[in-house]
Amino acid sequence: MKFSEQRTECRGRIRAAVSAAVLAAVCALALPLGAAAQQAKPWEQIPVPPLHAFHPQQPQRIQLKNGIVLFLQEDHELPFVSGSVLIPGGSRDEDAAKAGLVDLYGMAWRTSGTAKMDGDAMDDLLEQKAAHIETGGDIDSTALSWDSLKGDADQVFSLALDLLLHPDFKADKLALAQQQEATGIVRRNDEAGEIAGREGQKLVYGADSPYARQPELATMGSVTVADLKAWHDKTLGGRLIVSVSGDFDPAAMEAKLRAAFEKLPMTKPLPARHDAFAGPKPGVYFINKEDVNQSNVQILGLGTDRRNPDVPTLAVMNDIVGGGFASRLFQTIRTKLGLAYAVGGGYGFAWDHPGTFHVVVMTKSESTVEATHEALEIIKKTPAQPFTEEELKRAKDNILNSFLFRYDTRDKVLAERVRLEFYGYPADYLETYKAALEKVTVADLNAAAKKYIQPDKLAVLVVGNQGEIKPGLDELKLGTVHPIDITIPMPKQPEGAEK
Amino acid sequence: MRIERLARAAAWLAGPLALGLAAVTAQGALAQQGVSAETAMLKNFEQRTTTKVLPNGLTLIVCERPEAPVFSYATFIDAGDVNDPSGESGLAHMFEHLAFKGTSQIGTTDYAAEKVALAKVEAANAAYQAEFLKPVGRDPKKLEELEKAFAAAQKDAEQYVIPNQFTDIAERNGANGLNASTGLDETMYYWSMPENRLELWAWMESSRLGDTVPREFYKERSVVMEERRMRTDSQPIGRMVEQFLATAYVAHNYGRSGIGWPSELRQITATEAMDFHKKYYVGANIVEVVVGDVKAAEVMPMLEKYFSKVPGGPKPEEMTTVEPKQFAEKSVVIREATQPFYIEGYHRPSYRDKDNAVYDAIQDIMSNGRVSRMYRSLVRDQKIAAAAQGFSPFPGGKYPSLFAFYAVPLPGHTPAQMREAIHKEIDKLKTTEVTDEELAMFKTRARADLLRGLADNQGLANAMAEYQTRYGDWRELFTQLDRIDKVTKADIKRVANQVFIESNRTSAEIEFTAPAGAETKGGAE
Repeated sequence: MKFSEQRTECRGRIRAAVSAAVLAAVCALALPLGAAAQQAKPWEQIPVPPLHAFHPQQPQRIQLKNGIVLFLQEDHELPFVSGSVLIPGGSRDEDAAKAGLVDLYGMAWRTSGTAKMDGDAMDDLLEQKAAHIETGGDIDSTALSWDSLKGDADQVFSLALDLLLHPDFKADKLALAQQQEATGIVRRNDEAGEIAGREGQKLVYGADSPYARQPELATMGSVTVADLKAWHDKTLGGRLIVSVSGDFDPAAMEAKLRAAFEKLPMTKPLPARHDAFAGPKPGVYFINKEDVNQSNVQILGLGTDRRNPDVPTLAVMNDIVGGGFASRLFQTIRTKLGLAYAVGGGYGFAWDHPGTFHVVVMTKSESTVEATHEALEIIKKTPAQPFTEEELKRAKDNILNSFLFRYDTRDKVLAERVRLEFYGYPADYLETYKAALEKVTVADLNAAAKKYIQPDKLAVLVVGNQGEIKPGLDELKLGTVHPIDITIPMPKQPEGAEK
Repeated sequence: MRIERLARAAAWLAGPLALGLAAVTAQGALAQQGVSAETAMLKNFEQRTTTKVLPNGLTLIVCERPEAPVFSYATFIDAGDVNDPSGESGLAHMFEHLAFKGTSQIGTTDYAAEKVALAKVEAANAAYQAEFLKPVGRDPKKLEELEKAFAAAQKDAEQYVIPNQFTDIAERNGANGLNASTGLDETMYYWSMPENRLELWAWMESSRLGDTVPREFYKERSVVMEERRMRTDSQPIGRMVEQFLATAYVAHNYGRSGIGWPSELRQITATEAMDFHKKYYVGANIVEVVVGDVKAAEVMPMLEKYFSKVPGGPKPEEMTTVEPKQFAEKSVVIREATQPFYIEGYHRPSYRDKDNAVYDAIQDIMSNGRVSRMYRSLVRDQKIAAAAQGFSPFPGGKYPSLFAFYAVPLPGHTPAQMREAIHKEIDKLKTTEVTDEELAMFKTRARADLLRGLADNQGLANAMAEYQTRYGDWRELFTQLDRIDKVTKADIKRVANQVFIESNRTSAEIEFTAPAGAETKGGAE
C-alpha cells in the first residue's frame, strides 16, 4: 500500500538519497560530546509549558458481515470529501512471467473506465469539477481513490463505485500503459541512484524474489486484457478496506457505504505467503557508470518485520547510528570528514516481511574507498561500542518529542488505522509502540546491536565510475569485486517499430 | 520504474521553485460555490491572522489554526542564488548550510577563543588562495605549506566546536520536517514542533538569523560539492538543465548554476558568506510566519522580543541586470549513452507582469492531467511520448524567466519528433482560441487547489511567507483569484503569439549515443 512505511521528515536533507525502505524510526542524535564543557546552555532556561491537551479524533470503524471494513473520518475544516478502497494483493503476488502486470493494471484500470463511461469521458467530467478518481498498484495491494468538493461528492462516489465494480479494461489503454512501462524499463539505467536502489534490493532478496524482481519488456509485454480482468476479479473478492474522510454527515455516509458494499459476497483472504529471505551473499559488488563523478555506495543486509518485539529497540538504535544530523554516520562521514552530502541508514523493518538493513553513502569517485571504509567501520563497531545513557536519552527525546507528528492531522490518524487494519495489527499499536520506546534501555541497545548487526553478513554495492575510483575497490580488502551486468534484455524487434 | 517517476524527474527540473511561485498557478476558490466561498475563507483567515512589522523591518505573521498542539514556521529570505556576486556562484546556498552550524551560544565550548581561531582560518585560507590563483610564478612548495597551515588552522578552530548542536537541540525538542531550501529567488528555513516549544524555537531561529557563526565552513563546502555531484554532475537531467539555462540566458543570473560552478564553489570563503549574510539577512528582507496552535495575543510580545534582535538595515538594492531580448534561436545537443529527452523554453516576463495569470492558464491547459492538450496529443493519441508538459516560471519567478516545454520520448522516438509535436500544440494556441470549457476548468481547478492547501500548517506558512514577500500582503494568496478570473481566451492567444516565437526559443536535447566500442545497451531498438 502506498503508505506502508511510515517515515518522519527529519532527514529531509538526505531524504532523497535514502531509500524509503530504510528507516521507520526517527531523527538524530549526537556522538558523546567528550569532556568539553559548554559555557552555558541558555536554551535550557526557556520554559517548556505542558502541551495543550490533545485527543486525536479516531475514525469510526464498521465491519460489515461480509468482512469488508469501513472507516469514516469526519473533518469539516474544508468542503471536500475523499475516499479510498484498499484491495489486498499486489506485485509480489503476480506471476513472475508477467512481472509488471500490477503496474499496468494500476494504470489501465482508470484510463479504461467503465461500460457506462470510458476513461477519457471520465477525465473530462472530473476535471471540470476539479475532482479526481485514480487507481494504482503497489507491492502488496492495489487501490482506488477519489476526492472532490463536497457538492460533487455523491456523483464522484457513484462513478468511483462503478469503476470498482464494473471496470471495462480496454486493449488500447493497456497498450498505452505498456508504452509507459516500456519507457521506464529502457530508462532504468540512466540514473545511478535508481540503479543502486533496484540492484540493492535484488542483492538482499534475490534477483527473482517477488520483493525485488523487475518487470522486463518481455514480461510486461505479455500481459493481456484477460490478465487484467482476471486479476481484478480475483482481488476484488478480498477483504477490502474502505475509508472516507472529509466534510460529510456520518449517518448518511454510513448508509451510503453500507448500501454499496454490504451486498458484495463474503470476502476471502489471500492465501498466506511463504517467502524465503536469505539475505545477501556477502562481498563487494560493482556496477560501472562512466557518466558520473560520484559513487553511490550501498551497504546491505536483511532487516526484520514489525512484529519482532525488538523493533522499538532497533528504532532507537537506528536513530543513534544513522538517523539524522547527529547520528554516528552523519557526524563522522559528513560533518567531520566532509565526504558526503547524503549519508544515513539503519536496520529496516517492514510491516509483514523483513525489511532491509541499508546504509547509503554518496561520495566523489576518488573517496569511494575511504567513505565506504569509514561507514563499514562505524557499522562494525556498533556491536562492540556500547551505547551510552546520553545517547539513549537523546534518541528518546528525538523520537518521543516528535511522536505526535504521526497523528497531528485527521488524515494521518485515518491512514494509520487503515494501515494497521490492512496488516492485522491492533488499533492501539501506536500507543503500545510508544510505551515500548519509552522503556528501551542501554542494555537492550547493546544486546540488539550484537544480535542484529552482523558485519560479516553484509554486502557492499557500488555504482560508480571505474576509471575515477582510485584507489580501487580491491583496496576495501573484502575479496573479489563482483561486477553486476545490468544490460536490459531486448526482446525481438517488434513489428512495425520505428527506427 | 513507473512513469510517474519520470514525470517527477522532469518536474524536478523546476527545482525548489516547483513549490514556490509555480504554486501560484494553482490557486483559487470554488467556482461552483461562487465568489462568496473564497471571500468567506479570506475573512476567516483575516480573523485568525495577525501581521506586525517590527522596528528592524522584519515582518511577523501569526496564523491561528488550533487543530492539533503543533505549529509550523517558515523563515523567508528575499535573496537566493540569483544574488550571488560574480565569481561566487552558490554563495546563498553555502550560507544556508552555514545557518545550521550554530551561534555564539550554540555549538561552541568557548566562543571567545573560537572567534580568534576562526579569524586565523580566514587568514590562512586567504594566503593559500592568493598563491593558488597566481597566474604565473606559483610556487608548489609554498602552496603545499600554505595548504598545511590552512588545514592546521581549521583543526585548531575545531577544538571548540560541538558538532550539529543546533539541529540536535531542535530535534530533541520534537522538530519535524527540519530543513531549508535555497532557490534562485529566495532562501527558506522551516520545521514543525509541538506548540509548547514556540519560545524555544523563537530563540533559536532569531539567534541563527542574527548571530550566525561561520564554523566548519570549509568542510561544509566539501559537503556541498558532493551535493553538486549528486544533483547535477551525476544526473543526466541535471547536467542538461544546467546547460539549457546557461544557453538561454546571456546576461541575467538565472543562466548561472544555482548550486555554483565547481571552480567558484570550491573557492567560496566564509568571509564571503558572512558578507552575504550582512547584506541580505536584514529585517526588511525577512518574513517570519508561524501557523498552528498559538494565540497571537499571547505570543506576539514574546516573538517581538526575540525577532527584534535580527539586525535592521536597508532593503538590499534591486538587481540592475535585465536579460536582453533574444534575437536568435539557440540549442544544445548532448550526445551520450542516456535515453533521449527534449526541452525548450521561451523568455517571459516576471511574476509582476499583468499577464502572469495568463501564463498560469496556458500551463494548466497544456499540462494539467489527462485532459491536458499535451498529454492527449503526444501521449494518448500520437503515442510518441511517455510524458509531455509545459511549465512556468522557470528557473525562478521574481525576474523575467522562461516558459518551458518538455517531452520524454517513448522507445524508438526522437527529440526531433517531440519538438515537432510540441510546436504543433503551440501553434494551435496561437491560431485558435482555447475552448470555454478549458478556460473554465483552469479557473475551477485553481480555486479548488487553493482550498486544498489551506489545511496544512507548513504549506500555509510557506505560502503566506511567499505572498507577503512578493506582494507585500499575504491576502494576495486569495485575491489573486480575481486576476485568474479575468483571464480571457483572447489573452491566451495574444500571449502565445507574443512569446512562443522562434527567435525567442532555446532548446536542449539528449540524443542517445552508444559508447564507442560498446554494443547498444538499453537502447530503444
